[in-house]
Amino acid sequence: MGGIDPSAGTIDLIFQVVGKSTALLRTLNVGDNITDIIGPLGKPTHVEKLGTVICVGGGTGVAVMYPITKAYKEAGNHVIAIIGSRTKDLLILEEEMKAASHDLRVTTDDGSYGHHGFVTDVLRQILDERKDVKLIVGIGPVPMMKFLCKMTKEYGVKTMVSLNPIMVDATGMCGACRVSVGGKTRFCCVDGPEFDGHEVDYDELVKRQRAYLTEEKASMDRFTATGR
Amino acid sequence: MPEQEPKVRAKNFNEVPFGYTPELAQLEASRCLQCKKPKCIEGCPVEIDIPVFVKLILDGDFIGAARKLKERNSLPAVCGRVCPQEDQCEKVCIVGKKDEPVAIGRMERFAADWEREKGEVFVPAKATSTGKKVAVVGSGPAGLTVAGDLILKGDEVTIFEALHKTGGVLIYGIPEFRLPKAVVQAEVNYLERLGVKVEVDCVIGRIETVDELLQEYDAVFLGLGAGLPQFMNIPGENLCGIYSANEYLTRSNLMKAYLFPEYDTPIARGKNVAVFGAGNVAMDSARTALRLGADTVRIIYRRSREEMPARIEEVHHAEEEGVQFYLLTAPTRFFGNDNGWVTGMECLRMELGEPDESGRRRPVPIKGSEFKLECDMAVVAIGAGANPLLPTQTPGLELNKRGYIVADLENGKTSKPGVWAGGDIVTGSATVILAMGAGRKAANSIHDYLMNK
Repeated sequence: MGGIDPSAGTIDLIFQVVGKSTALLRTLNVGDNITDIIGPLGKPTHVEKLGTVICVGGGTGVAVMYPITKAYKEAGNHVIAIIGSRTKDLLILEEEMKAASHDLRVTTDDGSYGHHGFVTDVLRQILDERKDVKLIVGIGPVPMMKFLCKMTKEYGVKTMVSLNPIMVDATGMCGACRVSVGGKTRFCCVDGPEFDGHEVDYDELVKRQRAYLTEEKASMDRFTATGR
Repeated sequence: MPEQEPKVRAKNFNEVPFGYTPELAQLEASRCLQCKKPKCIEGCPVEIDIPVFVKLILDGDFIGAARKLKERNSLPAVCGRVCPQEDQCEKVCIVGKKDEPVAIGRMERFAADWEREKGEVFVPAKATSTGKKVAVVGSGPAGLTVAGDLILKGDEVTIFEALHKTGGVLIYGIPEFRLPKAVVQAEVNYLERLGVKVEVDCVIGRIETVDELLQEYDAVFLGLGAGLPQFMNIPGENLCGIYSANEYLTRSNLMKAYLFPEYDTPIARGKNVAVFGAGNVAMDSARTALRLGADTVRIIYRRSREEMPARIEEVHHAEEEGVQFYLLTAPTRFFGNDNGWVTGMECLRMELGEPDESGRRRPVPIKGSEFKLECDMAVVAIGAGANPLLPTQTPGLELNKRGYIVADLENGKTSKPGVWAGGDIVTGSATVILAMGAGRKAANSIHDYLMNK
């Protein structure tokens, strides 16, 4: 969810077309509707005034990072934001993230814009320069969060991540979204989606996310070919 | 009762028993002795007037029989299929002392189906409107019964359901081949025709709290069910292909994954499947796996046949269809491949020792009896507990130490004024009919309270 406007009664959803559901979303026009959206689910983001906070967003994770970044700034923190994407065309919310932070850094994997490299390169630079960082929030593809947390553990800085396993009912009745955090099984839909990044078993999460790749491709192929 | 052949039915999702023809129903009805002191009524959790509805079938008044049933049971088509009659009405039937008991359940199903199929569903007159409003949270058997009873008494009722379809365990838990979803939908449609309002995709406890509901409604009933899956907490349990029974059955039943890709939800179609547990849910999971193309399905249970909680009829159906039973066996850990998919498990043999708190003999591992079994998919069907999502968001609602809502079993009252509860969220996983019985008691208590407010 990218933003809210309580007075207008609207929410913003940012999505990337990956499979059939997102492909279907793309076919909608202004004035169309979907049946329902349910929320808010899970635990709310815990935001407080800590001092200096770094918000790191990768790829579509920037969309999730944006409202959190704003909240930390509004809570009186000094917010440094780092956003990255594979290439310039896939970078989102740059202006919004600039307004939501005090210091924005941008990276692209292919060097088409901003720093040529990964968000973790810039993060390491900052952590080498300053020792007053109280919290890092990292949201993006699982490998990004994994390597980011590996790094921040070296520096001993608390890091929160936001996980995105497959979900079915999202109210805690099925366990599809189970993740291992600190050796214990947690349901991401009710206990999360945010967890202590140093405790998460990312390898397990990646494998569980890939459980239905074959079927997802079959659905998408069918949709592309027949529209159903 | 004519049934589909095991080998045929293990490959389709159609109902197993074909149901009575009118001739068979009347033949069975003629076996009833019309006892002066009917024991069967005492055996029924909702006290259906059994001899009367059976006589109506005998007389050929099948619609009359359905209406008689509906005086006490708002979901007869469901109960006729899933009630454990062998532990209830049929258990105490006098005819059953010397012979097979009168097949009350099958006649109930027949009458309810007849009424629905002939399109002559009778909508009884409601009492005058009381002007009182009740919120029912959960559209499973308990909630549907409360709604059905209160609407007839003249109260205004709104059901709030967290999922996008109504029925609760009737729609997500019990498979199509035991309880067709069209039957469940017909029962809910009947309630809507009586005037019950239904809001789906409403997660009470999140979208609105119980306290917020109490500002708009005069009373609230909580029929949340036992919606928290239990896992065994053994190594490897998070490998791909290992499901809780809730997830497996929800994908198959509610989301119709058995019709993929016509329906979008996928489900693993294991060839060599292990199902842990031996209750009705385990049987449903095992039989679903067969229908999804498994070559081998094993029930793995740590106790013996005598302790199995499933209905004998369901065990019987499972065995006929080819499900294997590995009793006195428990898994210790799972193995997986590089992609994170389950490939097998290690098991231990068990023997039975002294009874534990449940009264059943405790399984004790036999040292050194480890052995390996291959599997490419597993379902953990060892029970479900209380989902804490709503209970922990409701101040003043007393819970017991396992998270279930504390409620008076005679009337469903909880510790929170204006709030009643019944069904699995109070008792732990039980049956549809017990949830309905609890709903009946709560509805009476709620209506009394509303009239005296």
